[in-house]
Amino acid sequence: MSIAVITFPASNCDRDAAVAVEALGGRAMFVHHGETSLPGNLDAVILPGGFSYGDYLRPGCMAAHSPIMREIKNKAEAGMPVLGICNGFQLLTEAGLLPGALLRNRDLLFIYREVHLLVERNISPFMHLYRQGAVVTMPIAHKDGNYYVDAETLKRIEGEGRIVLRYCSAEGNANIDANPNGSLNNIAALCNGAGNVLGMMPHPERCADAVLGNTDGEALLRGLLQA
Amino acid sequence: MSENIALELGLEAEEYQHIKEKLRREPNFTELGIFSAMWSEHCSYKSSRAFLSRLPTEGDCVICGPGENAGVVDIGDNKAAVFKMESHNHPSYIEPYHGAATGVGGVMRDIFTMGARPVANFNALRFGDPEHPKTKHLLSGVVSGLADYGNCVGVPMLGGATGFDTQYDDNILVNAMCVGIARQDAIFYARAGKPGNQVFYVGSKTGRDGIHGATMASASFEDDTDNRPTVQVGDPFAEKLLLEACLELMQTGAIVGIQDMGAAGLTSSAVEIAAKGGVGIRLNLDNVPLREPEMSAYEIMLSESQERMLVILKPGKEKLALQIFEKWQLDCINIGEITDTEQLEVMQHNERQACLPLDMLAQPPLAPSATAAPPDPAAVPSAPRTTAPVPVQADARECLLKLLNSPELGSRRWIYQQYDQTVMGDSIRTPGADAAIVRIHGSARALAVSVDVTPRYVHAHPLEGGRQAVAESFRNLVASGARPLAITNCLNFGNPKKPETIGQFANTIEGMREACIALDFPVVSGNVSFYNETRGHGIPPTPSIGGIGLIDDIARIPGAGFNDAGDAVLLLGETRGHLECSLYARANGVPDGAPPPVDLNAEKRNGAFVLEHIRNGCIRAAHDISAGGLIAALAQMSLLGGRGAVITPPAPHAHPNSVLFGEDQARYVVTCSSGNTGTLLEAAKAGGVPAVWIGTTGDANLAIEGVTSITLKDLREAFESWMPVYMRSD
Repeated sequence: MSIAVITFPASNCDRDAAVAVEALGGRAMFVHHGETSLPGNLDAVILPGGFSYGDYLRPGCMAAHSPIMREIKNKAEAGMPVLGICNGFQLLTEAGLLPGALLRNRDLLFIYREVHLLVERNISPFMHLYRQGAVVTMPIAHKDGNYYVDAETLKRIEGEGRIVLRYCSAEGNANIDANPNGSLNNIAALCNGAGNVLGMMPHPERCADAVLGNTDGEALLRGLLQA
Repeated sequence: MSENIALELGLEAEEYQHIKEKLRREPNFTELGIFSAMWSEHCSYKSSRAFLSRLPTEGDCVICGPGENAGVVDIGDNKAAVFKMESHNHPSYIEPYHGAATGVGGVMRDIFTMGARPVANFNALRFGDPEHPKTKHLLSGVVSGLADYGNCVGVPMLGGATGFDTQYDDNILVNAMCVGIARQDAIFYARAGKPGNQVFYVGSKTGRDGIHGATMASASFEDDTDNRPTVQVGDPFAEKLLLEACLELMQTGAIVGIQDMGAAGLTSSAVEIAAKGGVGIRLNLDNVPLREPEMSAYEIMLSESQERMLVILKPGKEKLALQIFEKWQLDCINIGEITDTEQLEVMQHNERQACLPLDMLAQPPLAPSATAAPPDPAAVPSAPRTTAPVPVQADARECLLKLLNSPELGSRRWIYQQYDQTVMGDSIRTPGADAAIVRIHGSARALAVSVDVTPRYVHAHPLEGGRQAVAESFRNLVASGARPLAITNCLNFGNPKKPETIGQFANTIEGMREACIALDFPVVSGNVSFYNETRGHGIPPTPSIGGIGLIDDIARIPGAGFNDAGDAVLLLGETRGHLECSLYARANGVPDGAPPPVDLNAEKRNGAFVLEHIRNGCIRAAHDISAGGLIAALAQMSLLGGRGAVITPPAPHAHPNSVLFGEDQARYVVTCSSGNTGTLLEAAKAGGVPAVWIGTTGDANLAIEGVTSITLKDLREAFESWMPVYMRSD
């Protein structure tokens, strides 16, 4: 399994994603944002976390116009799995591959925290190793993770079952108290209609190593490697 | 040039006379600016150098001690830890967000200039009384600045120390520390090499920000002066690009030497790199990339624009360097060359703007106060001392909950929740415990890091307080299972022209020196910040200590709290019940008395014992006892492990409060399986380490027999609520 990890200027979770993929037996290749094509024999793409272009204008906005993004859009439309983590999720919304936007957190501050997440959908290429309805724990680390989308689209994506993860309590209640950043309907991750493009604010690549005390993200990356 | 201009730029009248005599001419305006920056306290250490030379800087692990951008220690396997702490106090008070942000940026550049990738950031912060009208604004600005900068560059912020005291109302402290890891055979120094080598400017463009920042940081604050133009503006995006570009260039073997443009910008980087090599340097300012047109030689030389470096390239490697910097979209421009003149020559518009001897710039005359012998500790004016006895009858439960729900011991979660703690994928222990632990990437070893100082002790007795700050750092590393290696420091003091400040400084250093020698814990880097004074009122002496230690096997890291039920709880070290100068005394309205004495032999012996029994697996969890005494340590371990304990207070002959709240040093709370209790107690006896069984873990309460029983819920509510409630209040 070969996975391209895209490095934008000031991506900073690119190494973490590659390390996690390789630890699970995958092959990670760094691809510079200025490239216009992806390597051959590629199985999936990861858009890593970080602060591409220093979040100038809006997080992910400048990176959405990087040369490599045209090729990534083509591959995504052709069905290749594309995983956007944190800044990668912001970028996917800016690039139009996912609906909505990630606004400034409700309390206006950067939040680093381990959060509980309800596995709402487990049929995408990424999620099939999780049990539907399971509660998992992953860290979030962002200032702009407050998911917003217009009411009509929200209704549609909810109806299509495209919400993959929701912020929830330890018991699995996706209520307002468990919402760290103000996201509509506690949305932490969602996918496109075909299910091959996933954007998520939590960081699965940071919880796939037992030494760090949490391996709840491993099944997601393993799922991607089996896709 | 008149003497008045020299004085306005911050030089002393005697210094100006000295310059004229040595040069045998009047310096011009640009030259005076260069002198004033290089001879500022911040750059020259003219008041502190003589005392700093007392600190031990050598040891088995030391690869490079003070004098370079950062200290370097051996961590095995051809790896080195590179670390340093720096103050950004003055700018952070003037403009908290950018002042703090550029503090993080500056200290990270000190680390990657040496070829190390930064792996963890830390900080030591001191603010005024929480009720002071400026405190909340300063706190939120500083924390946002630290967070936004470090988060963007992608280096985890793993810990720190934050304190509040009315004596910092007008002089907050922001000390930023960075730890990096390098290959021992690829460490870079500020070297100029041979005459003829070309000097390159890399990174961001030069603007008019931060002009004379070093001079500003070398003076007290007065009323109504607008210091804003002296504060630099940080751009973490540029820093991240510069970091990656520099580390990539370093791998190519193209670099002779490299120096960060920090305080005093282009001036100090050019002077340091050339003076160290005994060569000269000629700069052509026409080539310096500028953010705004028509900057004068004075402005360019003294700008403290951030995210810039000076690089000396090997001949023939220019093209390679240009390619790398182009890839990272940064400037890389030839701005001069190394000469054999031993002079700093500055050219602009084909005219010579400055020509000064480097040895003179690099070695200013020592300040008069700095050449005297350190005053007798007994004669050093210290904080007003009380001899009034500390009342012991206060309600222990109420007192503990009050301390946990206060600026003293309340959780700092509101702060560290704004820091990315796990980017880079190696954070084993994040903020909240004794020390942070970060894995050495790709290995089964780790570094532990702790930042400590107890200003009330140092203020009451600088010598004892200096010892204690080092000893506490040592204990925190030991309690994390790490062998303490070395320290960096940031020495924050008042006005060095006052004898009492120099007395405090000299004695603090003596205390640190004793502790560093006794604990084999040398000083490898550091920074001095004087003039933390406003309208004649200085801060309490605050020597922030950043210690690092090595964990040989990440499988042998003890717990930080009561993780398991049914374990024995042991108290190691001698308990005398020293309540003077304690948090308990303060909470009961008693002014600070004498701090607890530090027995360095006991520190060393007890530390070695704890470490040995962590390594052999006998000790399952460990915590150092410091502010708040035994009961605070027990409460913290209960909260960290999510489990209480039933405790029988030791020393039944003494009043329980002096046993529970006394801040005697060289002590730890440890746990072991109940079956190992006898073995551990016997080993302690054999090793001369006072040890006593005090209870068993595993209740939903922290119960102190005969005193009180507190539910974990009540402990947590008290501990977690102070800061969020405070920050939300109007």
